[in-house]
Amino acid sequence: MERIFSASVRDLSGLVVIDLQGEINAFADQELSSAYDQAESHDTRTIVLNFQEVGYINSTGIALIVGLLARARKTGRRMAVYGLSDHYREIFHITRLADFMSIYTDEASLVAELG
Amino acid sequence: MFARLRKTLRSEKEEAVNLTEEEMPVPAYQPEAARTFTWDLTPNDPLYAYLLSASSVVEVDRLALDSPALRALKAAGVKVCVPLVTQGELVGVLNLGDRMSEQEYSSDDRRLLNNLATQAAPALRVAQLARQQQAEARQRERLEQEMRVARIIQQTLLPKSLPNLPGWQVAAHWQPARAVGGDFYDFIDFPDGRLGLVTGDVTDKGVPAALVMATTRSILRSASERSSTPGQILAYANELLVSDIPPNMFVTCLYMILDPASRRLTIANAGHNLPIHRRDEVVHDLRVTGMPLGLMPGMDYEEIEVTLEHGDNILVYSDGLVEAHNPAKEMFGFPRLRELLACSTDGEGCPAGEAMIPFLIDDLSEFTGPDWEQEDDLTFLILECLHSPVAPIADTLFLEEQEGVEYRLLAEFSLPSEPGNEIPLMERVVQSFQGLGLPGTVLERLKTAVAETAMNAIEHGNRYQAELPVEVRVSMSADKLCISIRDQGGSQPIPEPETPDIEAKLAGLQSPRGWGLFLIKNMVDEMRVSADGVHHTVELVFRLKGA
Repeated sequence: MERIFSASVRDLSGLVVIDLQGEINAFADQELSSAYDQAESHDTRTIVLNFQEVGYINSTGIALIVGLLARARKTGRRMAVYGLSDHYREIFHITRLADFMSIYTDEASLVAELG
Repeated sequence: MFARLRKTLRSEKEEAVNLTEEEMPVPAYQPEAARTFTWDLTPNDPLYAYLLSASSVVEVDRLALDSPALRALKAAGVKVCVPLVTQGELVGVLNLGDRMSEQEYSSDDRRLLNNLATQAAPALRVAQLARQQQAEARQRERLEQEMRVARIIQQTLLPKSLPNLPGWQVAAHWQPARAVGGDFYDFIDFPDGRLGLVTGDVTDKGVPAALVMATTRSILRSASERSSTPGQILAYANELLVSDIPPNMFVTCLYMILDPASRRLTIANAGHNLPIHRRDEVVHDLRVTGMPLGLMPGMDYEEIEVTLEHGDNILVYSDGLVEAHNPAKEMFGFPRLRELLACSTDGEGCPAGEAMIPFLIDDLSEFTGPDWEQEDDLTFLILECLHSPVAPIADTLFLEEQEGVEYRLLAEFSLPSEPGNEIPLMERVVQSFQGLGLPGTVLERLKTAVAETAMNAIEHGNRYQAELPVEVRVSMSADKLCISIRDQGGSQPIPEPETPDIEAKLAGLQSPRGWGLFLIKNMVDEMRVSADGVHHTVELVFRLKGA
């Protein structure tokens, strides 16, 4: 079965955003990891994950996000996210990911606060 | 090779004192008046060649050869030698001392002696052959007796009885090409109730193979105490055997472990013929390979797993069957075997279970013909699953078991255990609610819970074995929705969902994974897990009212 996931990195008002697209599951591992490597090379303290175009995250996807967060914390960076649906926002709270990363509704509210 | 010839001489001394020709013209044979001497004539002594070519009476005193045998004859007072030659072979020599009359041997005497030699030589040869045959027969009898004992000893190394497992039939057949052989089979009871079924084939046959077979069997038994999966057992046995086995010999071995409760058969193979799996009339090899035991150290053995169903048969066989030849020098071969097994079990076809053994042996003897000399050891091992067919997904699921509750069955389907199939499974579950107007939050939670449960069933329950189905049943009452998802991993317990320690995960102290069960539990109103030894069933319950 074909699984489509892509991630691209861009600068946004002094932040680095990783735009995620598709389904975050085991198949996303490599793409997500190399996007994160690229984001780290941007010399930023804050890495943002944009979930606006993400339709599905499973438990393996959660594990991948935990892995990215662990990497960020190791190098003193913080993570922020936006664009999560209500359902995944709930999951970020249940899993307590929300305790370790700031969650914003959209890009504008994120830039208003962090940018 | 040498001829050891013992001849009798008259004592000259006694003759001179006691007898004269006048007193006793035809002297009777008097053993006490004879003396014997031991005389060796080896083929490399010049006298040997001389006597062989002379073929008639030879006067010893006239001979001048550098021959130890000739010197011995002269020292013993031998006057004439009569070579006993038959079919170009020197079978004996008649050595005579002085005549009793002390006269020279006359030409009549010589003629007489030559005639005697001509008749005595073949008779002597016949006597020699008869004696040799008697000795050989005695030797053969002794060896046969030893082999009878060896066969009895080897038989004690094979299982004395077949395993008695309710719901299963195990059958075995062992037929060495000679009195003893290198094929063997064994059954090993594991403490957790699993059964090891082992078959092996040592290179070569007869006594050398039997000796290695005995060692291998012991090694496999001790390896089975140390490890619990067939791959590990073979790897460990290989390490032990490599140092014990003679060069140019090795052992092929198929090791299967049956978990009777889950009906799972785990198989590892060290160079043995692939086992055959027959389900209905469909026959296929269970492809699992590895190096034979005893060839080189450090080998790993892959494992495969198959879940058996009612009526399934597993046949393990040694080379003796497939490599048998008929008078036209054609080999029995794998295709013939597969074709035989694929025949309908009705009427003339190949039966199942233990009846398969006489069927295969009859077919083999029909193929080889009556004068066949068994070329190699022959061993069969058959495992048949007699369990009743797998019941359709239980009728006593959450909603159905509650008396008085009216429910509707919305969907019932199954999907193969392939990676990624959790998504179409989830989509089909969602489809079954279309038009029911479920609240969006319930739908989203349900999707996550169903996909996670299905993923566990595919990955942990059925271990990505596509042929094992994940079975789904969706039912609904006035206030509840129940989705049951069933896999075939019932022998393995599903752990209790725990709250993952995210601090430990972020600090790198724990794997970032392990969210599945926790997520499911948090998505549903109730989660019920049951196992019947064969299946896991996970039931996800959602309350519809107040959602």
